[in-house]
Amino acid sequence: MTFLKKPLALAAALALACLALHPGAASAQKGETVRIAWIDPLSGLMAPIGQNQLKSFQYIAELFNRSNLAGVKFEIVPFDNKVSPAESLTALKSAIDQNIRYVTQGDGSGSAGALVDAINKNNERNPGKEVLFMNYAAVDPDLTNSKCSYWHFRLDADTSMKMEALTTYIKDQKDIHKVYIIGQNYAHGVQVAKYAKADLARKRPDIQIVGEDLHPLAKVTDFAPYVAKIKASGADTVITGNWGSDLSLLVKAANEAGLDVRFFTYYANNAGTPTALGAGAAGRVYFVGYGHPNMGGQIGKLQADFKAKFNDDFYVADIYAEFQLLSEAMAKAKSTDPNKVAAALEGLRLKSYNGDIEMRKTDHQLQQDLWISVWQKTDAKNPYSVENTGYTFAPVAHYDAYVASTPTSCQMKRPA
Amino acid sequence: MDQTVINILNGLSSGLLLFMLSSGLTLIFSMMGVLNFAHAGFYMLGAYVGYATSRIVGFWPALAVAPLVVGVLGAVFERACLRRVHRFGNVAELLVTFGLSYLILEAVQVVWGRAPVAFDPPALLAQPAFTLVQSAGTGLSLVFGHADAATCAHAACTTFPATRAFMMGIALLMLLALWLLLRHTRVGLVIQAALTHPEMAEALGHNVPRVFMLVFGAGCALAGLAGVIGGATFITEPAMAASVGSILFVVVVVGGTGSLVGAFVGSLLIGLLQTVPLTVDKSLVDAASALGWQVSPDGVAYPLMKLTLAQVAPILPYLLLVLVLIVRPRGLFGTRDD
Repeated sequence: MTFLKKPLALAAALALACLALHPGAASAQKGETVRIAWIDPLSGLMAPIGQNQLKSFQYIAELFNRSNLAGVKFEIVPFDNKVSPAESLTALKSAIDQNIRYVTQGDGSGSAGALVDAINKNNERNPGKEVLFMNYAAVDPDLTNSKCSYWHFRLDADTSMKMEALTTYIKDQKDIHKVYIIGQNYAHGVQVAKYAKADLARKRPDIQIVGEDLHPLAKVTDFAPYVAKIKASGADTVITGNWGSDLSLLVKAANEAGLDVRFFTYYANNAGTPTALGAGAAGRVYFVGYGHPNMGGQIGKLQADFKAKFNDDFYVADIYAEFQLLSEAMAKAKSTDPNKVAAALEGLRLKSYNGDIEMRKTDHQLQQDLWISVWQKTDAKNPYSVENTGYTFAPVAHYDAYVASTPTSCQMKRPA
Repeated sequence: MDQTVINILNGLSSGLLLFMLSSGLTLIFSMMGVLNFAHAGFYMLGAYVGYATSRIVGFWPALAVAPLVVGVLGAVFERACLRRVHRFGNVAELLVTFGLSYLILEAVQVVWGRAPVAFDPPALLAQPAFTLVQSAGTGLSLVFGHADAATCAHAACTTFPATRAFMMGIALLMLLALWLLLRHTRVGLVIQAALTHPEMAEALGHNVPRVFMLVFGAGCALAGLAGVIGGATFITEPAMAASVGSILFVVVVVGGTGSLVGAFVGSLLIGLLQTVPLTVDKSLVDAASALGWQVSPDGVAYPLMKLTLAQVAPILPYLLLVLVLIVRPRGLFGTRDD
């Protein structure tokens, strides 16, 4: 495959070089093909999430291929990691064997952590063949704190930032008294519980944590026992970092048992979950994120076009920011070499779909605005019907980047 | 109180679903001496075939069609494969069913993809079967269907989904039918005879291989029926066979291979063991202190002892499996001692 692509890239480069009207604007990277290894689940319980993300990546890549600042072509090479760290490493190995220099992943901080370790080692051992990791959804704060890496850039807001925003909102909800925390038993679920307790103790010490549970990741098919437990605890609010089937099935079981509590989630907008929410969850399920389905403008147009094309929702909007950042950094570095692009990405600021964003230099954590939105019927102000349910996520709070920003303990080791 | 009732009902319903699977598995085992590794695969096949047919003819016809299809597939497999390898002994038979389980998994993924499919229960089953109303004044009461909003304004209402009630009803019906068939019909007599004395039954003019084929097909059909109900209640996806498969062997070993009563008791036991401990946040440390014995946090065993029952719940069925194998290898109701 590699052998076939190279002449093509060369031909494209030549063609573009000929087309360039003023020689001064032609940079070295123009016309190059940048292959990005996408390493996320395409099988198992989390497959619907992965399939949506892969489609989104291919869609946005195609969009940027029509025109981008760096004049490069992006190509997405998908690998199925079955949400497993071990499988992610196998995928990384084959990506590196195929000379792919850019890796992107998001579903699961366990896999992200394994990738960061392996990429650190690879880059140390193979100078000149560095690999750059764009993390678009794995939100364990450790990845930009104790385990921060020069080669890792995170586009989603991390657990601590999202919890900062959530608790800022919860602080003013006077009818919340008893909170139950449920999560998946791995890095992310543990971190959500930790930050929820710390932040609530700081902002609303009167709120009582009436229960806490961790369950296996992407394995549970019957959440009824957990729902019975939540019900028995007398909780009026549930905080959960669950995603994918673990959130859909939890909400489904809650609806079936008539559990009438508020859910504060990280990922209620993920593929499959909105359908599970249905009418029963209206007004009760919130999610915090770097956007919401009713932002309109440019991202709204993309959403509509995506829906027309695939009859699916484009909701992992930071993929757009990922391509913006990459192409701007490549233009700035005048190269597609990850070594130079990483340096250009540091501290990069630009205007994205959700306002001004900045790739913070100290820890490579993107700084951006956050929204909290609630599941409700579509209306004139919030017209986007999520998963064709007739319901949508309507924003209830908007926080500027600085509100939810959290400090970092990262001691970044930069290559000499 | 109301949540305890719900918990036990949850446990019983998943136990009864397991029974639909383990009854077929144990029948096949006691008859042919084959532990059918593909049994959970037939369960999954039932769910997918049920999903596919329900999209054409609706859920209720699919509930009848899917088990039939799966049963016929099972019988064909017995006739075409299992019977041929029978003369090579039990290991060969085991390996053939093991291979088949992979074949089913791959086939399902090729046909229906690797992601879950949207297999939803029909409207009739999508509502609550009954509502438990726990109020301070009148205690616990039960209302069929939805309780009205006025009642629930002053009391805690918990609904029990109809899918689960349906699951329990079907499994109990099946138990009754199986018992009647095996104990009170001529067919049952022949099956029992073929079970214990195949040569004699054959000498008396019964076609024992055909009995085997029918039992295998019937066992698979039961698994298929369980699949349609389980798939619509929980989720229909390619990992469903693997997740139920391991627990199924626990049921059969604990209950005693070859015993229908054992399969029933074992299923209920495992069903309860899978759900009830999840709701108990007490650890051995709490148990010890309740008995007046303080455990020091510096002790060697403390990290293990402070694990709550909810945390260790997923391994409890397997722990029971090991215990039963040590203490009573033939299982609770097992009759075979080999």
